[in-house]
Amino acid sequence: MAEEGWEPKIVAFCCNWCSYGGADTAGMGRFQQPASTRVIRVMCSGRIDPLHVYNAFLEGADAVLVTGCHIGDCHYVNGNEKTEVKYNFLEEMLQQLGLEPDRLHLNWISASEGERFANFINEVTAKVKELGPSPLKPEGVK
Amino acid sequence: MSKLVGAVAIAGGGIAGIQSAIDLASSGLKVYLIESSTTIGGKMAQLDKTFPTLDCSMCTLSPKLAEVARHPNIELMTYSEITGITGEPGDFTVTVKNKATYVDYDKCTACELCVSKCPVKVPDEYNEGQNNRKAIYLAFPQAVPRVFTIDADHCLYLNKGKCGNCQKACENDAINFEDTDKEVDINVGSVILNTGFEPYDASNLEQYRIDHPNVVSSLEFERQLSSSGPFEGHVTLADGSHPRRIAWIQCVGSRSPEIGRNTCSSVCCMYATKEAMVAMEHDLDLETTIFNIDIRAFGKGFEEFYQKAKNEKGIRFINSRPSGVEVDPVTDNISLKYEAEDGSGIKREEFDMIVLSIGLTPSDSSKNLAKIAGVEMDDNDFVKTKIDHPLETSKPGIFVCGAMQAPKDIPDTVADASGAASKAASLLSSERGNLVTEKKYPPEKDMGDEIRTGVVVCRCGINIGNIVDVPDVVEYAKTLPHVVLAKEEVYACSTDSLEGIADLVREHNLNHMVVASCTPRTHEPLFRETLMEAGLNPYLFELANIREHCSWVHQNNKEEATKKAKDIIRMSVSRANLLQPLYQEKLEFNKDALVIGGGIAGMNAALDIAEKGFKVTLLEKESELGGMLLKFTHLQDGRTTKEVLEPIIQKVESNPNITVHIETELTEQEGSMGNFKGHIKGANVDEDIEFGVAIIATGANELEPEGYFSYGEYSNIITESQLEQKLDEGVDAKNVVFIQCAGGRNDERPYCSRACCTVAMKNAIRLKESDPDRNVTILYRDIRTFGVWEELYTKARELGVVFMRYTEDKEPEVSEKTVRIFDHLMNMDFEINYDLMVLSAPMVTPETNELLAPMFKVTLDANRFFLEAHIKLRPVECATDGVFLAGTSQAPKLVDESVSQASAAASRACTILSRDFLETIGNVSVVDPELCIGCGRCTLVCPYNAPELKEVTVETEEIVYITKKSEINPAVCKGCGCCAAECPTGAITARHFTTPQIMAVIKAYGEGI
Ligand code: FES
Repeated sequence: MAEEGWEPKIVAFCCNWCSYGGADTAGMGRFQQPASTRVIRVMCSGRIDPLHVYNAFLEGADAVLVTGCHIGDCHYVNGNEKTEVKYNFLEEMLQQLGLEPDRLHLNWISASEGERFANFINEVTAKVKELGPSPLKPEGVK
Repeated sequence: MSKLVGAVAIAGGGIAGIQSAIDLASSGLKVYLIESSTTIGGKMAQLDKTFPTLDCSMCTLSPKLAEVARHPNIELMTYSEITGITGEPGDFTVTVKNKATYVDYDKCTACELCVSKCPVKVPDEYNEGQNNRKAIYLAFPQAVPRVFTIDADHCLYLNKGKCGNCQKACENDAINFEDTDKEVDINVGSVILNTGFEPYDASNLEQYRIDHPNVVSSLEFERQLSSSGPFEGHVTLADGSHPRRIAWIQCVGSRSPEIGRNTCSSVCCMYATKEAMVAMEHDLDLETTIFNIDIRAFGKGFEEFYQKAKNEKGIRFINSRPSGVEVDPVTDNISLKYEAEDGSGIKREEFDMIVLSIGLTPSDSSKNLAKIAGVEMDDNDFVKTKIDHPLETSKPGIFVCGAMQAPKDIPDTVADASGAASKAASLLSSERGNLVTEKKYPPEKDMGDEIRTGVVVCRCGINIGNIVDVPDVVEYAKTLPHVVLAKEEVYACSTDSLEGIADLVREHNLNHMVVASCTPRTHEPLFRETLMEAGLNPYLFELANIREHCSWVHQNNKEEATKKAKDIIRMSVSRANLLQPLYQEKLEFNKDALVIGGGIAGMNAALDIAEKGFKVTLLEKESELGGMLLKFTHLQDGRTTKEVLEPIIQKVESNPNITVHIETELTEQEGSMGNFKGHIKGANVDEDIEFGVAIIATGANELEPEGYFSYGEYSNIITESQLEQKLDEGVDAKNVVFIQCAGGRNDERPYCSRACCTVAMKNAIRLKESDPDRNVTILYRDIRTFGVWEELYTKARELGVVFMRYTEDKEPEVSEKTVRIFDHLMNMDFEINYDLMVLSAPMVTPETNELLAPMFKVTLDANRFFLEAHIKLRPVECATDGVFLAGTSQAPKLVDESVSQASAAASRACTILSRDFLETIGNVSVVDPELCIGCGRCTLVCPYNAPELKEVTVETEEIVYITKKSEINPAVCKGCGCCAAECPTGAITARHFTTPQIMAVIKAYGEGI
């Protein structure tokens, strides 16, 4: 358990067309969220390299979210299917490093699903808050 | 024609108008898009998901909205109506009445400050009146134009002279209560009528009790399903609880001659199925029932969707039409009485909610517009057209498309819209480029060696400013690396501020720019343009989204929001500092077209392209032009196919821009859009050919239904096309039986062939009319005479044609002179004698599709028809750029649909051919040959086949060897960056999202925590 008042730090990789739009729609709908998350935009979730995710952890993220369009809705036909393949590999690798599964998530969110985006941030933040700081933090677990 | 004006007026800003506008504007014509409501988008903007793929409607629509908003050749006239059209083809004067909005479009930034101050609540049309909006409003968040409108009917100030709150709240002085209606005349060469439909008003039919709070129209239900709807996507009853059992009643206001509604609305069966499916996804225990006369799942993928709904999702389809909704006077519960399908009599069932599947009717404004335009209407108040000229009204130069011509779904409407654009563009082809002005920008200045970044932080009125401590953030931004200047603005996107930003760039010699405000998805194009005006490359701009992603979602935590805004800006600056100027490459290209297939679709496509002045090669593998239509003798409007085919064949053969090769096929093919190279081989040719675009119009054939219903065993069992040949000579059979779906809608061919019911109806009518004593019986599963062809079904019944339904599990058994059919309602077998049996067999694809598809790197669907790029919004394009589909090569179709689609394919093709050069996108990916090891991973992941492994000779000091290296074709790359994430050696750079740029953002992220 983390110390009192500790807030998790989360990075969300979003594709330009859907999940980034979902985050926008959350804003337009004023769906309130904890201020835990910083979004990094790429054109397609398929651009997200496992290395980016790994580096986000090394830079101090307590959780990383990989998000994109629903399968079938990718703006570039099927980039998200490739995301899935890379993600599965990444998940296994990070688990072998001892990372708890709740710190890494893959989620498909469409541009109209603002509430879904907000709920997702709420849920992950709550879960990670219980877990405490990530073991991959550069300074190690405090 | 004395004068030709290179401009087109489009009436109606729904998906049809949008598509016509984009096509015409991209072909070098000026477009006035005239829409009566405050935003473009039409009915599609109200839909939650679209069938049969359950794509999010708004997600697919909003990029098109944005494209219209940005297009320099499109002048949007919203809140406007056409009040007069005079003149002649090529030179019309259109009078447009512009309603007062009381908001200055140039000043309103859609900041929403006025909304909370407005005290008036008005039922929200966008949500079908199920919640309220204010008297000053934006129709929906993605509305285009993004400016507010004051509803003059409800505004307190305009009606009672008091309030004026919005004016006080507006910090940009955009409210103008003095605004008045205006009338303007525009001069255009052609007019396209696109004003769509109106949902049928169910309150006309009292028996359906739409007055009951739990009886809703399908459009109201659609809004309930939407996450942006009145209940955030939760279907809700009047008491606030959620329903357990929902029923849909089909054909409310359709297929009802008794109330003067003769047509089928074409879309309701599918949207009801979709609504049921989506509702069940939201709530797994929900029970759904759809009461129908027939399920009309006739479009591409529809039958499969229907079968899935029925067999996998457990949606109950009951083949019965309840006479009305009954309301219990004591409990207020609602129930339906209907005739049970198994013949067990009348049943009553209670439901929590009843959805009325309301039809598509011509709107009063459409009827009025048709009158103003002086075009003829048919008996059902749709604009009159001919089967072989489905887009031309009775007035030359005025075209029609979409649901104003007949009830139709989105893809057919979009195809029509492109088709109508093609017709207008053909008329005005000599005027291309004459009325459009290209915006000129100053030359790009020298970037220098030093990175000089500017940061503007936007308050967005109080949207950001009240939550985020903007002055504190500005001070922080000044401390970031390479930032030479940071300042705040009240509205960064207002016209003054944009000029101010350009001045900053010039005065401080900035070479990178960050604006911290709202989302790049709406505002990036605007700021990029500002940079270009200041002589900077547009790719040197970066938006930091501190509104949608920050101030709006952390309204109760100013401190955290301010901290987050700083983080976001720091991350954005780190990225901006590394941004590189990018250029769209201009490539010369081949402007000839190849059309494969000389049927009605291929010929129309070829003509439409040739009429715009481009050269076309038309290939036909048979020995004469005409395609599948040669096998049929009549159209369903009574004309012979000869009457239709002869003039068009003559036109094609005499057009100097068209070269026809019969008995010829394409044997080889490579290259990409603008640069295709192939080889054609045939009776008289054997040569290489080069072209810029290709249209696949290879058509389909009627299946020989071998093995179905004893076909082939007895000589008196024939197909529809064989019947037509016979009918011309005279048929002496006294008893004729038709069997529908012979070889279709089964495991082997799960699709519905769309046209067969209409064809059977046409032939049954001919049989009856030539001999009224003849017995004609049609055995069917569902009659699918959609749209206006419903009238043929009605007519056949009036003439005494007998209809009997069979189901797939109890198919009719055919012997030499009799057919045995099980009647579900009577629960018994019937035996019918016949002299002649006609099988309605589905259209099947030619085997040559299997060869063509890989040549063009395009895909075939599960039924071996060609797959379009997007089932709703790109119905005539392939995923491969420069390759288009026309006619039945894409899916079974009727003749008018093939013709309209052919024009659509031509239109889309000509938006490419009319360019001066091909332009790549700026952020294409590139391969560094030094690092590439030729593994080919990129070629496997790219959905567009942009990377290609090429043989290269590498010379080093020690050795010379031949190896393979990847090369990305910039004309094909779409910039998704998937290949870069896949490349094992880092040889690929995904421009604008390079690894160093992304890593810098991640690093900057880490610096703040
Ligand atoms: S564009 Fe969203 S996942 Fe590909």
